[in-house]
Amino acid sequence: MSLWEYANPVKFIRTTDKVLPWISVLAVASLVIGLIWGFFFTPDDFRQGSTVKIIYLHVPSALMAINAWLMMLVASLIWIVRRHHVSALAARAAAPVGAVMTVIALATGALWGQPMWGTWWAWDPRLTSFLILFLFYLGYMALWEAIENDDTAADLTSILCLVGSVFALLSRYAVNFWNQGLHQGASLSLDKEENVADVFYFPLLVCIAGFVLLFIALVFLRTQTEIRARRTRALMARERMA
Amino acid sequence: MIALLTRDLRLAIRAGGGFGLGLAFFLIVTVLVPFGVGPETGLLTQIAPGILWIGALLACLLSLDRILALDWEDGSLDLLATAPLPMEGIVSIKALAHWITTGLPLVLAAPVLGVLLSLPPDGYLWVLVSLALGTPALSVIGTFGAALTVGLKRGGLLMSLLVLPLYVPTLIFGAEVARRGAEGLTVQTPLLLLAGISFGVIALLPFASAAVLRINLR
Repeated sequence: MSLWEYANPVKFIRTTDKVLPWISVLAVASLVIGLIWGFFFTPDDFRQGSTVKIIYLHVPSALMAINAWLMMLVASLIWIVRRHHVSALAARAAAPVGAVMTVIALATGALWGQPMWGTWWAWDPRLTSFLILFLFYLGYMALWEAIENDDTAADLTSILCLVGSVFALLSRYAVNFWNQGLHQGASLSLDKEENVADVFYFPLLVCIAGFVLLFIALVFLRTQTEIRARRTRALMARERMA
Repeated sequence: MIALLTRDLRLAIRAGGGFGLGLAFFLIVTVLVPFGVGPETGLLTQIAPGILWIGALLACLLSLDRILALDWEDGSLDLLATAPLPMEGIVSIKALAHWITTGLPLVLAAPVLGVLLSLPPDGYLWVLVSLALGTPALSVIGTFGAALTVGLKRGGLLMSLLVLPLYVPTLIFGAEVARRGAEGLTVQTPLLLLAGISFGVIALLPFASAAVLRINLR
């Protein structure tokens, strides 16, 4: 029993078919619970009022925006090293999800920033690096779409993903250097004294769990779709040959 | 390798279009900016380093798809790939040729255009130094972008989208060096970081470009 068994598309589809309903139900349940708990059963912040509740969408989506790229990075590495097609397809499947998460994080951030900082957008390091991350997602997806040969596209996009990760990190520190921002520091770290208060913390954790599960469910579903689409194309090609 | 370099340079100069294009674009950007933002000297002085950097970057971007596309079309890239030269060497030489034909003229033209933007006297040296350090990185990163999109019909737009975020760190540190230099502040930290990025990119990115080109030529 090894992880690489799931590199077999049939095995992958069979297993994910079994898990997918559970994950989806769990994702929806924790999102509903987390959001309702967060929106209606937590007190308003004494300074930020009810706008603080944007946190339940903002933080999880921002977290997933970065982690989706990390997942794509790992999947790309696996494709380059071991050449499992499922891995390349999973990376491809994750990109639009990650891009949408980035947009959600940016949009909720703008909505939050308007009442709090008095501006929709500031060239704050985190905002800027998220914008850059969004550009990376766009470029990655566009490259996938542009190249016809599947294997070539997988190779090129995975190298782009590797190079892009290095540059994304570089940009992250470069923009830090370029402008000290409005954004608050980390407030969810496990090792810090001063974190978000518990009242907000627990529903936030539920929301984060919901977003993670949602991401996994979407990636599984999209990967399955990619595998099936490719199989259909292969079958049609075979039929034309016969 | 030297033969390849001289061939590329000769082609760029004689075939026309490529050599002057970047320079002309740089000139257009810097001349048009005062019309856009108004002729006040104070404002121009303040934004001059940034404008020079952005102009240089866009001029670089404009000429990127010429690095490999022409060789791809007439098949000489396939011949080069079968030559005893390693692919890493080919892309490095291509980047070097691009820098000599596009980056170097930009670096040399920047002080002249700085006069038009009333760059403060302290700024000239640092604009020159930051561009001289930064433009090679732009060429090498651009070669990576060109290698990624070489097989595509209309790869220009896609290449700009791919290269744009990759240019951000270089632009930030380069423009920071120029700005600090123009304001008479100490430039050491951004200068070292810019040099770090530049040399790191020159040392490592050709391997990625070569890998990408090999995939595209497969």
